[in-house]
Amino acid sequence: MANAFKKFAKSQLAIPLFALLLLIVFNLIRDVGFFSLTITTNNNGNAVFSGNIISILNGASELAILAIGMTLVTASSKGQDISVGASAAIAGSVFVRVLRENQITMPIILAAFLASCVVAIIFGAFNGTLVAVFKIQPMIASLILFSAGRSIAYWINGGATPTVESPLLSYIGSFIPGIPIPTPIIIVILFGALVSLLLRFTNLGLYTQAVGINEKSARLNGINAVFIKLLSFTVLGVCAAISGSIAVSRIGLINHETILLDIEMDAILAVAIGGNALNGGKFSLTGSVIGAFVIQALTITLYAMKIPSTSIKAYKALVIIAIVVIGSPIVRKYALWLRDKLFKKPAKAKQTDENGEFAL
Amino acid sequence: MQNVVLSMRALCKAFPGVRALQNVDFTLCKGEIHALMGENGAGKSTLIKVLTGVYPKDSGQIHIAGNSKEITVKSPQEAQNLGISTVYQEITLCPNLTVAENMFIGRGNYRFVNWRSMEKKTTEILAKLNIPARATQQLATCSLAVQQMVAIARSVDMDCKVLILDEPTSSLDEHEVKKLFALMRELKSRGVGIIFITHFLEQVYEICDRITVLRNGELVGEYAIRDLPRIQLISKMMGKDLEDISALQSQKPLQEVKEDAIPVFEACGLCSAAGVNAFDFKIYGGEVNGFTGLLGSGRSESVRAIFGADKITGGRVKVNGKNVKISKPKDAMRHGVGYLPEDRKQDGVVEDLSVRANMILALQVMKGFFQPFSKMEAEAFAEEYIKLLGIKTTSTDTPVKSLSGGNQQKVILARWLLTNPKYLILDEPTRGIDVGTKVEIQKLVRKLAEEGVSVTFISSEIEEMLRTCSRLIVMRDRKIVGELGGEDMTQAKVMHTIAGEAVQNG
Repeated sequence: MANAFKKFAKSQLAIPLFALLLLIVFNLIRDVGFFSLTITTNNNGNAVFSGNIISILNGASELAILAIGMTLVTASSKGQDISVGASAAIAGSVFVRVLRENQITMPIILAAFLASCVVAIIFGAFNGTLVAVFKIQPMIASLILFSAGRSIAYWINGGATPTVESPLLSYIGSFIPGIPIPTPIIIVILFGALVSLLLRFTNLGLYTQAVGINEKSARLNGINAVFIKLLSFTVLGVCAAISGSIAVSRIGLINHETILLDIEMDAILAVAIGGNALNGGKFSLTGSVIGAFVIQALTITLYAMKIPSTSIKAYKALVIIAIVVIGSPIVRKYALWLRDKLFKKPAKAKQTDENGEFAL
Repeated sequence: MQNVVLSMRALCKAFPGVRALQNVDFTLCKGEIHALMGENGAGKSTLIKVLTGVYPKDSGQIHIAGNSKEITVKSPQEAQNLGISTVYQEITLCPNLTVAENMFIGRGNYRFVNWRSMEKKTTEILAKLNIPARATQQLATCSLAVQQMVAIARSVDMDCKVLILDEPTSSLDEHEVKKLFALMRELKSRGVGIIFITHFLEQVYEICDRITVLRNGELVGEYAIRDLPRIQLISKMMGKDLEDISALQSQKPLQEVKEDAIPVFEACGLCSAAGVNAFDFKIYGGEVNGFTGLLGSGRSESVRAIFGADKITGGRVKVNGKNVKISKPKDAMRHGVGYLPEDRKQDGVVEDLSVRANMILALQVMKGFFQPFSKMEAEAFAEEYIKLLGIKTTSTDTPVKSLSGGNQQKVILARWLLTNPKYLILDEPTRGIDVGTKVEIQKLVRKLAEEGVSVTFISSEIEEMLRTCSRLIVMRDRKIVGELGGEDMTQAKVMHTIAGEAVQNG
């Protein structure tokens, strides 16, 4: 038991889970009923769950999905794609365009989603090619689309805020009749399961990590590093298409300037909070998804504390600084040292942790 | 002993679970070059790190000339102030600065830098020590040997009494080593005590006066160089009888292969973008051959071309007599070729991945993207080869970067053995690893050959090549200049061929 705990404390999920736990405890102390789940009837007459826990899970959907893709890109290419918000805007615009030009039925929604996927994959592959083939730093490569993306999104529909209205669309954006859980949450679960299966039944994980840690070595072992990087960017493209489509479905319109604004930074943050190294290599998708929930839980908590929305970002920043500093190697080392001192263990144990092995 | 500049008595240092140093004594005299020998894990690095204040000592005394009292070194900075300087294998200077800046960086007060006097002083030091560099030259433009010398000159200029050279020669070629040795002799004549750590026995016997041997954290003994023949030194380091080692040395080279057999691998006019001239090459089943030549002669580039590691620019390749196309490593792997790269760190290990993942990597790639091994299968492979090769690791989950160099090399060896290759290329498999592991790897190569695997073996140590290979391909200036086999396989002959017409010393 003690051993299992020790192992957990060292694992990279320790920090994001700890942060999440801290937020939960804080909220419970502040308001015992914070996480209460109630059943209400919504506008369409469906009985649905509501409460803060649902708002957190629901609100984090787009972010969680993007964080999954961002983790893969980070792991394989040692850098981040800052154009995901813009890509999602493009994908969302394609989604809207196809819907507007047709009678909205379920197959058309599916077709619209597939179209947005294709477009997002093309843009993902564009970023991926710059990074994998032309060896441009990911942040610089994606800066191009970051700047141009929202203009492209505007061209696709040629209007400021085109709207699409259909009860079918609200099935995706909010609830499917008879199911009390918001659909975005279900999409996250399905997508997460799909990616887990992908990792379980292919070598995507091993190859991605090998490429991210030592590209030369990976190549000499027969791994096509260019392909793996391109693949991670196209997966991120799909993620952008899914989150763009969800965001459009929620409100039934697209504002190319504000849809999923700044979400790239939150996605990168989710990856970091998840304990993943931003310079690539080993990764944990679970960590990033938890990271996304931490960010959303934080936002909801601040809203619940009646902090005005204008100053919410500053408060958010404060908490995030705390999380990142607590997760830093310096603080971790200090914590270990403190533990050793308190529990009267020989201080030498520290040396092992620093060096990993004894350099004899 | 008079003129003692440094003495350590009954030094102890323990890490949890390991007693890294137990009652080690060490004495360094003025103006001597003292070799510190031992296998990986013998305690050499720990001793040096205790001496230079990287680790605190548990018990024992350190005395240094000029200080009447016992000293405690708390930090590398303090060690430097006491006159103990260290030059590591990896250059720790700043390549983007000039030689002069590197000599003076981090010294003196920062308020005022007199560039001209700094450069003048540097020029003097360089001239005094016979270092072929200019003060205003950017360090990166100097050869590795010269960079190393600048590092040494910097230490010497800081009035060091004790100079520690930790594997300074492992990335230098023969010519550069000569230059470095000249500098070491110069310093010796100035009364500097030098501690020299290396894996190259030849170099120890060329330059050192005395040897201290460590094994498993204990002192084995201190010997004058003439009292300790090589073979005894090795047996003292390994703690094994001589039989094991001499058995290997007396072994005859493997028998020649019949000429009419079909080669396992044949290349014709092969050349690559890495700049190796078109060459022909063939190897038969169960044969061990080797590429030899100086550093930069193109021997590594040649084997890389065989494996498709660099972009292939021309030539034809046959495997078992059939024409095949090898344009990338995966093609070579499909045809049963394995390649252990020269640069273990850059091209070999995937540092953060576990020992297990590192081992199965090549086999996994061959099996295919959609068919990952289950954890149990992978575990079984890893366990098997950890036992087979005697890899020292706490578990199969340990990140490979926390293993010692020799064990990392064995992990990569295991990676290729797992793929069951028909033809295995080993580029410097024994570099930077201890004698015991070297012998093990040589034995393994022989065993593979007996089982019918063809092996190409590259090593900087010609003796090792002569012992292991039955045919040597000699390279100079990225060209094959000769092929030696049978009677011609002598050190002198190899040297002659490498040197070409400019032969003087055999």
